[in-house]
Amino acid sequence: MKQPVSSSEIEIVVDDPTAPEPGSPAVTDTRTAEALVSVLLLGLALLLGYDNWRTGIGWDSTGPQAGYFPFYLSVILGGASLYGLATGLLARREIPETFVTRAQLRRVMAVFVPTLLFCLATQFLGLYVASFLLIAGFMRWVGRIALWKSLLTALVFTAAMFVTFDIAFDVIMPKGPLEAAFGY
Amino acid sequence: MEAFGLLLHGFAVLMTWKTLALMMVGLVLGIFVGVLPGLGGPNGVAILLPLTFTMDPTSAIVMLSSIYWGALFGGAITSILFNIPGEAWSVATTFDGYPMAQQGRAAEALTAAFTSSFIGSLVAVLLITFLAPLISSFALKFGPPEFFAVYLLTFCSFVGLGRESKHKTVISMSLGLLLAGIGMDTVSGQLRMTFGSSELLRGINFLVAVIGLFGISEILLTMEERLALRGHAASISLGVVLKVWKDLPKYWVTLLRSSLIGCWLGITPGGAIAASFMGYNLAKRFSKNPESFGKGRIEGVFAPETAAHASGTAALLPMLALGIPGSGTAAILLGGLMVWGLNPGPLLFVEHKDFVWGLIASMYLGNVVGLVLVLTTVPIFASVLRVPFAAVAPMIVVSCAIGAYAIQNAMFDVWLMLGFGVVGYVFKKIGIPLAPFTLALVLGNRAEDAFRLSMIGAGGDMTVFWSNGLVGSITTLAITLLFWPVIDRAFVSLARRWRPVEFRS
Repeated sequence: MKQPVSSSEIEIVVDDPTAPEPGSPAVTDTRTAEALVSVLLLGLALLLGYDNWRTGIGWDSTGPQAGYFPFYLSVILGGASLYGLATGLLARREIPETFVTRAQLRRVMAVFVPTLLFCLATQFLGLYVASFLLIAGFMRWVGRIALWKSLLTALVFTAAMFVTFDIAFDVIMPKGPLEAAFGY
Repeated sequence: MEAFGLLLHGFAVLMTWKTLALMMVGLVLGIFVGVLPGLGGPNGVAILLPLTFTMDPTSAIVMLSSIYWGALFGGAITSILFNIPGEAWSVATTFDGYPMAQQGRAAEALTAAFTSSFIGSLVAVLLITFLAPLISSFALKFGPPEFFAVYLLTFCSFVGLGRESKHKTVISMSLGLLLAGIGMDTVSGQLRMTFGSSELLRGINFLVAVIGLFGISEILLTMEERLALRGHAASISLGVVLKVWKDLPKYWVTLLRSSLIGCWLGITPGGAIAASFMGYNLAKRFSKNPESFGKGRIEGVFAPETAAHASGTAALLPMLALGIPGSGTAAILLGGLMVWGLNPGPLLFVEHKDFVWGLIASMYLGNVVGLVLVLTTVPIFASVLRVPFAAVAPMIVVSCAIGAYAIQNAMFDVWLMLGFGVVGYVFKKIGIPLAPFTLALVLGNRAEDAFRLSMIGAGGDMTVFWSNGLVGSITTLAITLLFWPVIDRAFVSLARRWRPVEFRS
């Protein structure tokens, strides 16, 4: 039995107008990034270790004190980071592996910065206004999508979220001046 | 046979219109999440979790696990049609699935993928049905030392058996355990690592961390790639389905082998990714003509899909029976249990029979309904990919923020989520695994409590972890696994030293 499969096929083509171009120079290599992360983790381990030592890492009548467990975990974390740092620095110089290229970083920032602004806006304008601005802005400037489509999508999505969470499921989101004007 | 009766009871719990509707919604959302690039099982479950906060636990878990099944099914669609694995465990499916699609056999490949997913899950669910009650009733006898030993075993096996560099796994795990300890200490009431901040008093919520680590970081990672794609969306006709199903018995060895691999790797923290590759490689090795693999052989779709799904499902077994998740997604479901006020662990089978058996019954039903759903709606879901990522990405960000905020109604958590997003992005780029972090964060407090309770019980005597045969063997096994790479190397070098001698004699 043979089925004509191709008859019902739909072609799907999606374009990416702001894709990062290949062959962009590297911003940093993985080894540098690893070393940096190791140093940061080591710092964190020292900080938390000190705080737990202050809390008390000994044993009293009831068993280990509150700082005992996390103190030794800080020691383990510090040790592992130090090991990572040392092996990274002592390793033979090989061809560095790219951590992120400049074009990639630009794209990542194109998501990260709007997300950061979105969080700020949520704090002051409420989540729904912030979400409308994020979706419309992102679609328009990063996706190069027509303005009316961007605005409409943002409006529909935000409204759907409002109905789903604040009205249907009673999950209350942060609100700002706009919602206050409507009496919410 | 007691399990069978309880299972029927579970079906009875499930058979309300509300639960069935939630199951459908969950499956559709799940397939959606599985198809979209930059979202997967754990992300989807984490982001959609807040939807369930106001539901009763049974409805909530049915919906969440349906999202999970849906995501597992959805991953196969993009792998076969576009050569883009929606999930890491679908990578092996592209090897033969995409060539089949290029030969115009996309419908066949999709049917094979969905059917074998269904078979893999079914085997794992059967295992859960009959094994989980036994393990949990055994575990009811556990005291704090035994529980600590089991937690230790989980952590150690991640370090010893994981494929990442050991120190990176250790970093990830100790960081997770440390962050779990932030806030009020449950035993003494003292504050730890809060540095005077009232926001940190509540501690770092597990789900907030997960939403950042998996949701936000995945968006950042996805944006690095070129997101253009081209492919065909095939619809599946009944004739193709019947044709594939008629041939199914021929491949029973492959299906059985992959199911068993999947179940084993799902229970131990090996995961679905390892299972899918192992299933594929073994099918290739045992095949009569291995060179035909990779050129569009249907067995090459059966093998990885069965294993991945068996593993994804079996990961729920230790979560239900012992309160220890076998995968990242299982860890998130476990976090959900705690939000709904259930205490994961062996007592679940005694105290919340309706919940547990409702969940197990929903695994059966969800897979059957999911299979029918994907077989009939593939073209719709494939065309979801037409929606440009620039529209999807901000919506995911908003959903993540809603999820993070809703957990504790705290704006601080939204910022925390953003921070975890950056951490997750950097960790993934430099190869620090996130699964041990997730596991440590969700189990941290319970592991510490178990340790301290055993210490209090034993008066600070560490030998309590070897005080009887059971706890002793678990602890010893844990330590053996921790040093397994070293032990393994020692064995190999010993063997190498002895072999020349044997030759001479």
